[in-house]
Amino acid sequence: MGHFVPHTDADLERMLSDIGLSSLDDLFAAVPAALRLAGGLDMADGLSEPDVLAEMDRLGSLNRWGSDLVCFAGAGAYDHEVPSATKRLTLRSEFVTAYTPYQPEVAQGVLQALFEYQTLISRLSGLAVANASLYDGASAAVEGVNLATAAKSRPTVWVSGGVHPHWRAVLRTFAAGTGHRLVEVPLRDGVTDWAAAPAGQAEPPAALLVATPNYLGALEDLAAARAVADAHGALVIAGFDPVSSGLLHPPGELGADVVVGEGQPFGTPLSFGGPYLGLFACRLEQVRRLPGRLVGRTVDTAGRPAYVTTLRAREQDIRREKASSNVCTNQTLIAVACMIQLSWLGTAGLREMALRCARGTRYARDALTAIPGVSLVADAPTLREFALRLPVPAETVVERMADEGFLAGVPVGLEDGIVTDHGPHLLVAVTERRTRAEIDSYVSCLEKVIR
Amino acid sequence: MTDPTAAPGGRANSAPIMGREHEPTVFEFSSPGRKAFSFRTTGVPEWTAEELVPAGHLRPEPVDLAEVSERDLVAHVTRLTHRQYSVDLGAYPLGSCTMKYNPKLCDDAAALPGLATVHPATPAEHAQGWLELLWSLSDTLCRITGMHAATLQPPAGAAGELTGLLLMRAWHAAQGRERTKVIIPDSAHGTNPASVTLGGYQTVTVPSDARGLVDLDALRSRLDEDVAGIMLTNPNTLGLFEEDISEIAAAVHQVGGLLYYDGANLNAILGVTRPGDMGFDIVHMNLHKTFAVPHGGGGPGAGPVAVSERLAPYLPGPRPVRLDDGTFAWDTPERSIGRVHTWHGNALALARAWSYILANGGDGLRRVAEGAVLNANWLRHRLRGTYDIPYDRPNMHEFVAGTTTLKKEKGLRALDVGKRLLEEGFHAPTVYFPLIVDEALMIEPTETESPETLAALADALIAIAADPPGESAHAPRTTPVGRVDEGLAARKLLPTWDAVAAAEASTPS
Repeated sequence: MGHFVPHTDADLERMLSDIGLSSLDDLFAAVPAALRLAGGLDMADGLSEPDVLAEMDRLGSLNRWGSDLVCFAGAGAYDHEVPSATKRLTLRSEFVTAYTPYQPEVAQGVLQALFEYQTLISRLSGLAVANASLYDGASAAVEGVNLATAAKSRPTVWVSGGVHPHWRAVLRTFAAGTGHRLVEVPLRDGVTDWAAAPAGQAEPPAALLVATPNYLGALEDLAAARAVADAHGALVIAGFDPVSSGLLHPPGELGADVVVGEGQPFGTPLSFGGPYLGLFACRLEQVRRLPGRLVGRTVDTAGRPAYVTTLRAREQDIRREKASSNVCTNQTLIAVACMIQLSWLGTAGLREMALRCARGTRYARDALTAIPGVSLVADAPTLREFALRLPVPAETVVERMADEGFLAGVPVGLEDGIVTDHGPHLLVAVTERRTRAEIDSYVSCLEKVIR
Repeated sequence: MTDPTAAPGGRANSAPIMGREHEPTVFEFSSPGRKAFSFRTTGVPEWTAEELVPAGHLRPEPVDLAEVSERDLVAHVTRLTHRQYSVDLGAYPLGSCTMKYNPKLCDDAAALPGLATVHPATPAEHAQGWLELLWSLSDTLCRITGMHAATLQPPAGAAGELTGLLLMRAWHAAQGRERTKVIIPDSAHGTNPASVTLGGYQTVTVPSDARGLVDLDALRSRLDEDVAGIMLTNPNTLGLFEEDISEIAAAVHQVGGLLYYDGANLNAILGVTRPGDMGFDIVHMNLHKTFAVPHGGGGPGAGPVAVSERLAPYLPGPRPVRLDDGTFAWDTPERSIGRVHTWHGNALALARAWSYILANGGDGLRRVAEGAVLNANWLRHRLRGTYDIPYDRPNMHEFVAGTTTLKKEKGLRALDVGKRLLEEGFHAPTVYFPLIVDEALMIEPTETESPETLAALADALIAIAADPPGESAHAPRTTPVGRVDEGLAARKLLPTWDAVAAAEASTPS
């Protein structure tokens, strides 16, 4: 149908004649005849706008969400409030339909929003510099590993077995290309047991990668990781939960050299997993290894404040095969949403949001563990998420709870101290959106379905 | 400057409406105690932080953010948008970036709560709409590219490239061979060599010939048993179709190498020809270029990768599959290289692309290619004689002009042309790329610009070439800020407001 191509038949005729062609097919004369697609694409013809929207609505109606399937699932994707201000502002077409700010004179809006975003992530992480976003938490972890291995000229990284299993899966995938060695360190009592790391190995690690809270929701001891790293001359890469940072010490102040995280909780709906937001911050001394874009403040020819992407010599379009990363397109719009959301929350609001998550989590955890046969997988302090040991496999519980109108959580396993994305246990998350009535109902349904 | 009332029709020109006042940062109008947030009433017991967080972990003070009213925040962000050029304001002929109009219906499609509020770990049984959408998109992208199977996980083009290179590596490993080199043309995007390095390969560059195409003899001389494959963009970054692609494919396959298709320019050939028919084994697509997912000021995009049948068992997983009963499930291919994204890729960007594909259909996508190629050729004809056209032959969706002659005559550089064009209310073309063209202006008008807009753009470019010498060095003068001091930004790095405040505090006033 092609109703977004404005040319009338008269336009086409005139333009073709202007360039000395007689038909649209002539435009493709450079394509060898043997390669031309005979008979067009093997797919349906175009639909009108209302028909497209009806079809998209049909697809949406086949999913379950919201009050039909009340969300107690987390595992790195959280059902937080997205206020109208954030929704509306993020849809401003000046942000939505701009390209990467290659011409700073007409891109001050995006550049300044990113500069404010970088400032906020720097403050949350406790490190001096944050980049303008990466794809998701996993990609931020990959770039953290790439930074550390380059900084230390060592190929090995010790990875806590409590790091999100999908982050670890992505790390493994990309390590096939970089040749990095990932050594997984098991959990003990829910937190990383660095004493179980293969310290005797000939080669010391470039970095330790640890997440706090970890995948089981447990708060890790970053100072302990720092001490182990120091003993090996290694960096600490901390995966952090930016919501919990409303209540917790920033990882940068506890000794992390690189902080990575998933920024979805600030202004981005669950979105079936994307686009999300890779948070990345590091110390100033590592800034020349920083992956992706960085916005800096400067002045224009009249001395007025202005913003521009800077330290560009790190990037792929200039440094090509020697670049610090191949990232080009990032998640700018999601970073802008994050900036708006964090400003909407403000100092008190972020703390309040974290506190409300922690309250709901405590309330649900206490009620659930009071059910006979239900216990915590690890009795470590948690804030927004916890893992339950159940008398029935988690997958069955999730299935039965869906009939009761709940997304009960995400199945999780623990194999030799390493968390897995499948298994008998149930990972339960409680955000500030869950009411006491929802939690009470969840608890009584769970009690029923495990009977 | 051109008269905005001169041409009828869809003339897209923006300068007069962009905000010129400096906007303070959100931190500068923060006022302690001011609030915008509100949370739902939950009835959950109101334990204190001290009761919930172990003492060693609890921060004594909240993290210092801005404290502003919702009204002031909305005003701040809205004023920022007034300092930002965008496709919705005007033409954006940024070569290779495909800054076409992003249909509004796709915004609405991606905002449907039935799509936007679904948790990614929802069991497949309760997310059938999403799985059907992803499966249908994957299937259709394979039809468009002539490939066998696809992954939708890569969140951007560069991520797709690296995924493709890891597929190449896994495939060679399965054949029991270790290869070290990947060939790329000297006109390639910078992400190609950067991805090659991350894929564990060395980049070998092949030069372009006088036609602007891959030099076939030079390519043959570089092909040996160490070559894992070649990465090509077709049409290439000069906007030229690689006419020898079948010979290239045969030569690369001859030594056991694979062909990787960089889909940055796929929009030029939709419905005309397919990478699979050209002999490519691996294809990445930039849905944020070809399929109108908006660029978001730099992202998010989506970079699905489609492969031929022999590479399908190595694709990242899980992937959506359709079962015999018509329902959909997740499946991970038996020799999968693993995940490349935490979840299922940039799902809402994929939904936008699907709505765009539904709206266009096979017939519409062909018209997209026709419009893009027609517009680019028409504009090249108009600029010929004013600007250098180093490869002056029929182009596809974009072409490269240059200012070598104008620079000699009157000092006009590509950079200056770009800055002057900003004054004329258009976005600049891509400048200084590809690297093989001196003073390059890479121009991609896209199919959604009307003939009137193209004429206005051509007039503006022709007027700039006629500027008195030195005129353009002062541009842009009508934009929110004037030319920006990039050197200072790098020399005196100020990456946060806190760095600015610290620098100001240490400077005696």
